[in-house]
Amino acid sequence: MRYLHLVVTTLTGLLLIVGSLGMPATGDPDSPPSSHVSPRYIEQGYKETAVPNMVTFVLADYRSFDTLGEVTVIFTGAMAVLLILRGARSEAEE
Amino acid sequence: MKPGERDIIIRTVCRLLVPFVQLFGLYVIMHGHSSPGGGFQGGVIIASSFILLAMGDGYDEVKRRFSLGALTATTSAGVLLYAGLGVVCLMLGANYLDYAALPVSAARSVGMLLIEIAVGITVTAAIISIFHDLVTFE
Amino acid sequence: MADLADLIGQFNNVTYVVLMMIGFYAMTGKRNLVKKLVGMNIFQWSIILFVVSLSAKRDATIPIVLEGDGGGALPALEAAQYVNPLPQVLMLTAIVVGVAITGVALALLLRIYKRYGTLEEDQLLERIRLTG
Repeated sequence: MRYLHLVVTTLTGLLLIVGSLGMPATGDPDSPPSSHVSPRYIEQGYKETAVPNMVTFVLADYRSFDTLGEVTVIFTGAMAVLLILRGARSEAEE
Repeated sequence: MKPGERDIIIRTVCRLLVPFVQLFGLYVIMHGHSSPGGGFQGGVIIASSFILLAMGDGYDEVKRRFSLGALTATTSAGVLLYAGLGVVCLMLGANYLDYAALPVSAARSVGMLLIEIAVGITVTAAIISIFHDLVTFE
Repeated sequence: MADLADLIGQFNNVTYVVLMMIGFYAMTGKRNLVKKLVGMNIFQWSIILFVVSLSAKRDATIPIVLEGDGGGALPALEAAQYVNPLPQVLMLTAIVVGVAITGVALALLLRIYKRYGTLEEDQLLERIRLTG
């Protein structure tokens, strides 16, 4: 019972390693992450946006909704820390 | 040395390094178009310059330069700039956040630059705000 | 040499799983709250590393279009010459979300310490049961 954490961790690790044997080979240009929409971004992105950096134009033009959500997340994180830590004064005065 | 004050070497080196770190952070934001970088990376670098100043001279120095109200206002201003750009594109007749409708040449590139600046502003102020709250809690 | 590259690829996957399990063991097996938080961070960074490694391609260059050869003409781009930018972009968002989560978790730990005076899990449960 004392070593339950170790046993569960090792079991999960072995299951994950067995599961990762079925992954596509590293560095394959035809693997599923590089197949469906990614060649279109690479080949047509510079022509359409005139920005050389591929990561920037995917982040700020083709996927700008995700970036809007992510700016909202960092803003909400700062506000949550503000509410948790600066609201402590009212509790201490009670 | 007064109590609570750092050694003179630490204070001097931190003060000397802060403008160079900020210049590098600004370079990373502005050159996000043609070299690795962008809004998030440059924003975190500029925030870390303020944290360096706080480590050398104490947090009161940072509070004198970047007050609490200004921090909250800057965070909100970044999100407002981002969403406002989308509304401007909406009002010009195209979809939300469709930069091709802006009436400047190379409109998508200019739209992306404004987006990166807004993200950099928000990330800088948010990280300094989190640092302030964690440090000045008694 | 394709077999050697495949073997090294499998070894990479095993490394990511080992990192994940180190984080998982720290989250479940340690009793201090700060150690649990560090374990969560290790878990999250190992997953980010794993997804970014999915974007690798053999004999490909960084995903930035270098001009200057054509003198005005657009360079011809092939998808197999550039590293896949898509997983890197999605993980950029994940890194910033991780920073926000760590900040909020540290704020919660500060409030817990101020209220109960300890950060060990068993002492904490004891004091919560005593004071309600």
